[in-house]
Order: sequence, then C-alpha cells, then structure tokens
Amino acid sequence: MISQFFVLSQRGDNIVFRDYRRDVQKGSAEIFFRKVKFWKDDGKEEAPPVFNLDGVNYFHVKRIARAIKDYLGVLSEESMRKNFVLVYELLDEVIDFGYVQTTSTEVLKSYVFNEPIVVDAARLPTLGPAALFMQGNKRMPGTAVTKSVVANDPGGRKREEIFVDIIEKISVTFSSSGYVLTSEIDGTIQMKSYLTGNPEIRLALNDDLHIGRGSVPSFGYSGSSGTGAVILDDCNFHESVHMDNFDIDRTLSLVPPDGEFPVMNYRITQEFKPPFTINTLIEEAGSLKAEVILKIRAEFPSSITANTILIEMPLPTYTTRVNFDLERGIVGQNADFKESQKKLEWNIKKIVGGSEHTLRAKLTFSQELHGNITKEAGPVSLTFTIPMYNPSRLQVKYLQIAKKGKTTNPYRWVRYVTQANSYVARI
Amino acid sequence: MAPPAQSHRSPSPSQPSGKGEVSDLKTQLRQLAGSRAPGTDDTKRELFKKVISYMTIGIDVSSVFSEMVMCSATSDIVLKKMCYLYVGNYAKHNPDLALLTINFLQRDCKDEDPMIRGLALRSLCSLGVANLVEYLVGPLGNGLKDGNSYVRMVAAVGVLKLYHLSASTCLDADFPPLLKQLMLKDKDAQVVANCLTSLQEIWSLEASTSEEAARERETLLSKPVVYYFLNRMKEFSEWAQCIVLELVSKYVPVDSEEIFDIMNLLEDRLHHANGAVVLATIKVFLHMTLSMTDVHQQVYERIKAPLLTLVSSGSPEQSYAVLSHLHLLVMRAPYIFSSDYKHFYCQYNEPFYVKKLKLDMLTAVANESNTYEIVTELCEYVANVDIPMARESIRAVGKIALQQYDVNAIVDRLLQFLEMEKEHVTAETLVLVKDLLRKYPQWSHDCIAVVGNISSKNVQEPKAKAALIWMLGEYAQDMQDSPYILEGLVENWDEENSAEVRLHLLTAVMKCFLRRAPETQKALGDALAAGVADFHQDVHDRALLYYRLLKYDVSVAERIVNPPKQAVSVFADTQSSEMKDRIFDEFNSLSVVYQKPSYMFTDKEHRGPFAFSEELGSLSIGTEPSDGAVAAQRVEANDKDLLLGTSEKEESHGYGNNGSAYNAPSYDASTTAGASQGHFDLVSIDQPSTLHPPSSFAIDDLLGLGMPAAPSSAPPALLLNAKATIDPNAFQQKWRQLPVSLSQETSIDPQGVAGMTNPQALPQHMQGHSINCIASGGQAPNFKFFFFAQKAEGSSAYLVECVINSSSCKVQLKIKTDDQATSQAFSELFQSALSKFGST
Repeated sequence: MISQFFVLSQRGDNIVFRDYRRDVQKGSAEIFFRKVKFWKDDGKEEAPPVFNLDGVNYFHVKRIARAIKDYLGVLSEESMRKNFVLVYELLDEVIDFGYVQTTSTEVLKSYVFNEPIVVDAARLPTLGPAALFMQGNKRMPGTAVTKSVVANDPGGRKREEIFVDIIEKISVTFSSSGYVLTSEIDGTIQMKSYLTGNPEIRLALNDDLHIGRGSVPSFGYSGSSGTGAVILDDCNFHESVHMDNFDIDRTLSLVPPDGEFPVMNYRITQEFKPPFTINTLIEEAGSLKAEVILKIRAEFPSSITANTILIEMPLPTYTTRVNFDLERGIVGQNADFKESQKKLEWNIKKIVGGSEHTLRAKLTFSQELHGNITKEAGPVSLTFTIPMYNPSRLQVKYLQIAKKGKTTNPYRWVRYVTQANSYVARI
Repeated sequence: MAPPAQSHRSPSPSQPSGKGEVSDLKTQLRQLAGSRAPGTDDTKRELFKKVISYMTIGIDVSSVFSEMVMCSATSDIVLKKMCYLYVGNYAKHNPDLALLTINFLQRDCKDEDPMIRGLALRSLCSLGVANLVEYLVGPLGNGLKDGNSYVRMVAAVGVLKLYHLSASTCLDADFPPLLKQLMLKDKDAQVVANCLTSLQEIWSLEASTSEEAARERETLLSKPVVYYFLNRMKEFSEWAQCIVLELVSKYVPVDSEEIFDIMNLLEDRLHHANGAVVLATIKVFLHMTLSMTDVHQQVYERIKAPLLTLVSSGSPEQSYAVLSHLHLLVMRAPYIFSSDYKHFYCQYNEPFYVKKLKLDMLTAVANESNTYEIVTELCEYVANVDIPMARESIRAVGKIALQQYDVNAIVDRLLQFLEMEKEHVTAETLVLVKDLLRKYPQWSHDCIAVVGNISSKNVQEPKAKAALIWMLGEYAQDMQDSPYILEGLVENWDEENSAEVRLHLLTAVMKCFLRRAPETQKALGDALAAGVADFHQDVHDRALLYYRLLKYDVSVAERIVNPPKQAVSVFADTQSSEMKDRIFDEFNSLSVVYQKPSYMFTDKEHRGPFAFSEELGSLSIGTEPSDGAVAAQRVEANDKDLLLGTSEKEESHGYGNNGSAYNAPSYDASTTAGASQGHFDLVSIDQPSTLHPPSSFAIDDLLGLGMPAAPSSAPPALLLNAKATIDPNAFQQKWRQLPVSLSQETSIDPQGVAGMTNPQALPQHMQGHSINCIASGGQAPNFKFFFFAQKAEGSSAYLVECVINSSSCKVQLKIKTDDQATSQAFSELFQSALSKFGST
C-alpha cells in the first residue's frame, strides 16, 4: 500500500506530491529529504532505497518512473515541472487509495488525456529516477530514445518504428597476475515500440542458445568456450512474450505494448573474452617517489571502437604530486590527479580495437614509503561503452513484424552495446 | 485529493502572494464560463493549469471555486480532470465548498461518458469529508453495477475509501457482500483484484469485532476462492498477480498433490521480469513446502537462478530488495548456496548497502571447501580505500574465523592486518583479535607477540582501545611491557572520554596488579583514585568495589576479578530463531529488508525503545523555527537521531538475544515515563514537600514579570544565565555523559495544557525564565521537551527532559547537571516556572 508519492528536486522542494491515504504525518517529504541528504554524518554512506523512520516507510519506486518517462520522453526536473498536470493524471490512474492499479503504459493510454509538453532532451542532464539515491553514480543511458509514446512528431504524423537494443553490462575482476577471477554478463533485450495497431513481432535469437548451465559447474573456466554455443545461466521474460516456438527455432513472439520494456533479461557466467586487458606496474624510485605504468589493450576487432573510456586508480594517501607522461600523437586523452580523492584518472575518448595505450605517472610522496606500495594503491577500475559489440555473442537474427495490410515498412533498429559494470584489475 | 498546500513551509518572500493574479484569473474564467466559441476549451485548459500550479506552490486559489465548476460544464476530459484535482483540494477544509463539490460530482457520476462517471466517482470518494458520507452511498451502489469496467474498478476501491471514512455507513449499505459477488463473477480482472484488496482490508479490520467478518475473511482463503483466482492468474496485471499470490501463500492445501498442482501452475511465474511477481511466487513455494523437507530444499535450488538474475538485471534499488531476500534464504540454508559464493563477491561500484549484505552472505556460506578463497577475496576489500568497507570486511573475516574449526590461516591474515598500519584497520582488527582469543585461547602466544608491538597511541577508537586494554590485562603475564603501558594510560585518565575504556582500564590494572604487583602498584593506586573521583557512576562504583575488595581480602579479589576463564564456545546470536522464523513468515515484505519482524516497526506499542530515539528524530528544535540558523541545527539534529539515539538503539538490538522480545517489560509504550517513575518514588519519599515548595512562589512572582531569575530571600537561590546557549550536539553529548541527578513527577496547570496546541508556547514561556528549549516533539497526549539552562556564575549547566501528558496533566522530569549541589534548587525553579505556564 502506498500512502504518499512524491518527487523531490535536488534541493528538496516538491516537484510532485500526492497523498493517497492521508495516514502519514505532515512534512514527510521534508523528513525524507533530510534523512537521505544527511544519511550518515560523514556523508560517505548512501541511504538504502528503503528505510523506516518514525514508523513511516520510505521507498524508492521504480515502475512509476518508467511510466512517466514513457509519457514525457525525458524524465527530468524540467519535464516534470512542465507536465505536472499530466503527471498527476498518471499518478491518479497508476495508484488508487494506495493500491497499484496498473503501470502499463499501454493500459494507461486509454485513461490519460493530457498531452505532454516535450522538453528538449539535450538541454538538461536527466534527473535519473534514482537521482537522490544514486548521487554521483553513473547510470545506463537507457535506449537513448527520448521520444514520448503519445506525442506526435512536428510533422503531425507518427513515425512507424521499433527499437530493439541488446545491452550487456559486464563485470570482470582480474587478479594481480592478470587472470580472470570472476566474470559475468548481465544482459537485457530492451524494446521500445512506436508501431500503430500493435502488430505481432517475432524475434529470432541464436540457434545454439541454451538456457540453464545444467551440469556445467558455475564459473568453470575449463575449455567450455570455443564451442560457439551461447549458454545463459538464467533469464526471465516480459509478460507479453510467448515462448511457444522457442524450443524449436529459438524465436520469441510478442505483441509489444507501448512504451519501453525489457523483453528479456539474462545472465551469463560462461567464459568470454574480456574486451580490455590492463597491465599495471608500480616501481619505487627512491624513498619519496614511485612510477606507475598503466597499459591498456583493446582485445576486440579493429572494426569496432570503444567510447569514453575512463581508467581510475586510487593512489597512496600521502601522494602529493603526480606528473604524467602521455603518449604522443594521440588526441582525446588526458590524465589527471584528483587530489581530494587521491585518485588518478585517465580519460580516453576512443580506443580502436587491437590498439594499446600506455600512461606513465611519476608520483611524489609527502612521507617515506613503508611496506608495500601495492597495498596502498589500486585497484584499477575501468568504465567504457562499446557500441555494436556484445561479448556474449547473443544475436537478434531477425525481427519480423506481422503486416496488417499496410505497405509502409516500419523502421527497425537493432542495436548492440556493451558497458562496463564493474571492471576491475587488482594490482 | 490533491497536492496539499504546503502549510508547513511558509512561502518565501520572493514568491508572489498571488492575490492580483488570482483575481485576474477569476475574471478571465468567468468570461469563458458561458462561451461556446471554438477554441474555448484550449484557453480554459491554460487557465486551469495556472490555477493548479498556484495551488501546488501553496497559494490559496479557493476564491475561484465557482468559476472553476462553471467552466467544467463541458465534455472535455482534460478540463474535468483538472477541475476534480482542484475541487478535491478545497472540499475537505472548506465545508461550504464541499457541498457544492458533491453536487457537482454527483451530477457527473451520471454522465454519459464512462470515463467521466469513473473520474467523478473517484473524486467523490476521495474528498474525505466524514459528515457528508451519505452522499456517497447512491453513486457507489450505481458504480458497482455500472456497465463499464472502469467505473466498477473505481467503485470497488471507492467502497474501501467509504469504509475508512465511516465503517458503519459502508456496512449498513451492504457493500461488502456486493463486492464479494463482483469479485467472483466480474469479467474484468482489475475489478476483481480491487474487490479482493478492498474486502481483505475491510474484513481484516472488522474481524476483531465481528465474527461474521472473521468468517468471511476465512472464506477468502477457501479452496474454491483460491482456485478461482489461480485459474484467472494470467488475466491479472502484474501488480494484481502479486496480491493474488500473497493470498495463495496463506492458503493451506489439503495434501501434497494439491501442493504440486499449485506449484506446477505457478512455475512459469518464476520467469517473470517483474521481481515482485517472482518474489510473491517464491513465497508461495516456500510456505507450501515447509513441512516437506526434501521438496523444500528443491525449491531452494529452483529459485536460486531466478533470484540471482533479478539481483543482476535491475537497478541497485531492485538488487537491494531482492538481495535482502536472498540474504534471508542464505542465512536459513547456507549449505545450499555454498558453491555460489562467487555471486556474493562485491563489485567495485556497488552501493555500500548492497556490499554489506553480500559480506554477510559470504560469511554465512563459508565452509571448509571455500573458506580459503572467500577469505582471500575479503582481504582484498580490507586493503580497499573505502574505509567502511574495509571495516566490514575485517569483521567478516573475524566472523568466519569464529565459526571455523581450522582458523590457523585466518589468524595469520588477521595479524597481517595489524601490520598494515592503517588506523581503522588496526582498530577493527584489535576488537576481533580479542574475540578470537576468548574463543581460542591457544592462539594467545602468536597474537600477543603482534599486539605487543602496537603502540597504544595509534589506537584511538574506544572499542579498539578497550580491546587492547583487555588484552593487556588478561595477558599481563606474557606481555613484558603490560604494567608500563597501563601506567601510561592511567596517567592520561582525564583525557579519556569513553567510560567504557575507563572501565576496562580499571579492570586491566587490577588483573595486572594481581599478577605483577610490584610493577603495577603505582598504576593501581592512581587508577583507583581517579576512578573513585570519576563522575561516571559505573566507573566510580567499580573503582570503589575494587578498592574495598582489596582492602577486604586480596585472594577474594583475585577470585572475583581474575577467575580461570573458559573459552567461549558460541557467541550469542544477535537474533533469536523465533525472530528469524517470523521474518521468514513475512517473506516478500519490508520485514526482510529491515531484518526484523513487522511488529517491531509498525506497531507503535512495540517500538518501545525505538520509539524513544526515533521520536526524538522528529522533534523540532529551538523556539524560532523561522530562524535560518536554527533550521540548520534542526537538520543536523534530526540526522543524528538527536540525543541518546545511538546508544538506545544499540540496546534495543539486544532484545533479540534472549528471545523474550514479546514480554520484555521495556517494550511497554510508557517506557520513558516508567523509567523515571522508579526514581521518582525514591526521591519523593525523601522530599515529599518539594513538589510545590511554598517558598518558590516568591521567586515565581518575580519571574512572572518576565525578569531574569532573581534571587529571593530563600538561601539556595539560583540565578540563571539569561543568554545561555548550547548547540544540540553538545547537548546530546552532555546528556549522554551525565547521570540523572534528579527525577521527579509533577503536574501542570490544565490551562497550560490547553495552550500546548501551539507547540511554541511552552518553549517561549520557559525562555522567559532563562530556560531554553533545545528540542521538542510528540503528539497529543504525549509531548517531550529538552531544556537547557546555565548558572549565571560559572559554567554549571542544567539539562532537563520533560515529558508532559496533556490528558492527565502529569509531567515527568529528569534533570541532569554537573553541579549536583544545586540540582534541587534548579528543580524547584524549573517547576515553579512550569507551574506558571498557562496562568499568565
């Protein structure tokens, strides 16, 4: 049961506030804001998504955010403020007296009549649905579709199109000697449909796709690769998905509802080739100096380019100065020493498959080294995005739209993208 | 219902008062009301939006009410909706408007358009005006029979709203049986689901007083009803499925065949992308198979993969919720998850609350086969730059060591932590080494060698310092420097803020003395002297006890202070198994996330000690809420669970230890009052006349004139500093440190109680007597205040906790001060000031 629903701005004012049951004391939003903002004295720990204060339970609610985003196109403070009447209208249909009625954009469409005022997506950084909970953390940019499901294009006619995104978040931990300790792929096939008339869609996946690792021990890295089969540890499907033919030809059929939704989530612990290898060398150079050499190598084909690579490495707390020695002739990279966090940051705009890059950093310390410097620094962590690449090799082989007598061929977008979730090399 | 006017926050001066704009709007709306010109609706929409946006930011726009209603005589749903939003906001607090609103909405309940009928009915039921409920009965009855499912869906919830407004009206109109009929035959699944939720709530609330309702509630769990829902499962929306699954989880099947049938039917729900559906299904599976051990275990195996997928596929928020459930299952059956331990490795970028759960699980699943790898992984986290994470990881290593037989390697690792020379690592490790030694005394030799090298100057945290001191005392025999280190610590007695450390120090010096008397004699003498003079009651008492023991008989002292110790075999579990079972019963609810049964956080009565500290969190501080500086303090105070918060909280965890959580006396709602009651009896016997000492009236009259406290002829006259200030943090710290010097019960003038409707009245009144309110809060009839006052000369401070029961006019006082001699005088002063409240 939900008593109240509110959305606050970063400063703590109400953007949206709805009281469903009138059983909570006044000022709950303000209490909530303070509690989250000042969760622990030092502000180092963040508030969990659920907590109880004075007998009132505060939740982070996810699905409502998605429905609102479907309508507004972009979920930001500005779009919420401009469309608050629409948002209230949605909230009234989503929840009645604290009970969720529906979060399906498809169903909501028949009850909701206000038209969204579209906000220019590029102008504002999106206020993620979890902005308060996730200060400073990077989020998935989603499917990058920032179009409302109900708003018409300026031309007045809706464009017939469907987006299918295969998004894989990968986690890899390398040991200090460079072996893969753990690895996992968390994938999702995300769909956003703007097709009129809700035609049936068939998605064909790899022929050699298997679900369930069966007798294969989890995290077994003993030569199971190379066979080419894609083995999912487990997966789940959206309500609309029918799997009648899945066992025969690996196709999923569905009538996509409006709005953005995951067709399928899957998890793979099968061995895969990590897209990057990292080599870290730390050498002491006298009692107050040391040199760090970071080498990163792109282990994917040269036809593919990774974007916005960020390599971070915590340095000893007594580091006072760092001099960088970047490779010559490479544009779009820079290195920085974040003094307050004692962290080395190395940004590279683009890395082409097969290439290798090196950074040399000379550290100066304020006190003499004692013990092992590798215990005071690291691990090295990476974030990156690699478009049109997915390490699992899961594929959408074709996307079939059942025609309903119309000649126009809808646009179909099938996109792949891989992102680092937790990509860490110990030193 | 509508966005509330934010009455708790006064509009800032920069905001427009809106007066002019509102009358402008009024004129414009009036002009449009009768217009049929094309495009009128668009203009109206713009104006309506303006009205509503004013309303949202707290400007009073109730004056345009009739214009709004007039303009809404249209078929434009968007306008209607905005109008409903608007009228809903003003009806509740404006009875004149309420009747108008009801007329308007009743008319719309008969509109041709089912959408409008539904919306009007929802708005009508949401008005929340209790004395107008009879107007709801007709439209609701029609709504339940409406041909359109949207209207029926709204009506089904409307009945519940009516029930909460007036249970008797709802029951007299025979709505529950109607809902039941609808539930069992309606074609629309959402109508069915809404009937179910409404009936569940109504019958559960009625069940305590009505046998019939209790019976009806049971029939919801009967086989035909449950099967009816199961068969329609796929028609329901994902959220309605959750409600149905929750119902099914309470159903008791007759035999195992039935159990398998239900599980087979629901099997595919485990692959649902909605985590709520999956968890609800899992609950059904787990609860149904509880008595079938083998099958129950198979269920664990079966749900493992879907749970792990949910953990990794969603946002961190979803991960956390699912992981909490996985955590519960891992704790119940660690062996089933022992090969999955790598899934519980922490990822670099996870939020701390997720990492902490994972560490718990890693500790739980550690067994002979995987301990080495788990501990290796944990050691990586210890070296982490993230300090809270490093601490938790050390604790995890320690816990694993305490539960394993072969701790050899782990002890080595722990000792290596001490060599890392990071302060937080050393501190955390010391505490663990102490616990390890209590369980495995055989390791003392290795540990002591390493611990002996730690300079006590590098250990500042009280818990770690106490652990180190304990080891110095316990192993005084084997640690060469023990007496001298202790001596150094005793010399710095005055700088030691933690009473816990001082207590440990006393005991350690005693132990050391009993073994190495000549070397420790001086330290012991100093420690006892300092201890006896200590202002902390426990430290004082312990020092005195030791002193008298030694005087009485050294060998008796030896037997009491330093008896041969048995190794601890099992450390007390933090939660009783009964508690854990309760949480398991409440699977798929907040209980799992909070790791405590629901009664501990929903039931006010049971919150006992929580209530005390948490109540304080909501107390507002200071007497002038508009003052910016005070507001800032308030934020800080709330954050820190002002006063006593942490210590009380820690104690409350302890209730789980003995499994007697239910009848522990301190769970009584009147804990705080009850505690001081005990003191009061003692005090009042001694000084029965202090309640209303006649002499204080003289002072009173002077004070009543608003003058700073002036001396009267009475000898113990006390003069307070009119400008005394203290920040809430300092107050909090002081309140913790000081013992209660005086605890009394008194009463307050009923007229004063009447004045308490304004929460600022009492603080303002007391301020006139140079007694400042630091924090206040509570709800009728119980109010709590913390006051602070300072002696005019010198720095002696008085801290008062004052609990007022406004219905009995009783007042409980607790006074703490660092000047014991004047506490009685201050108490009289305080009470006389209090007795003046309301009579001026």
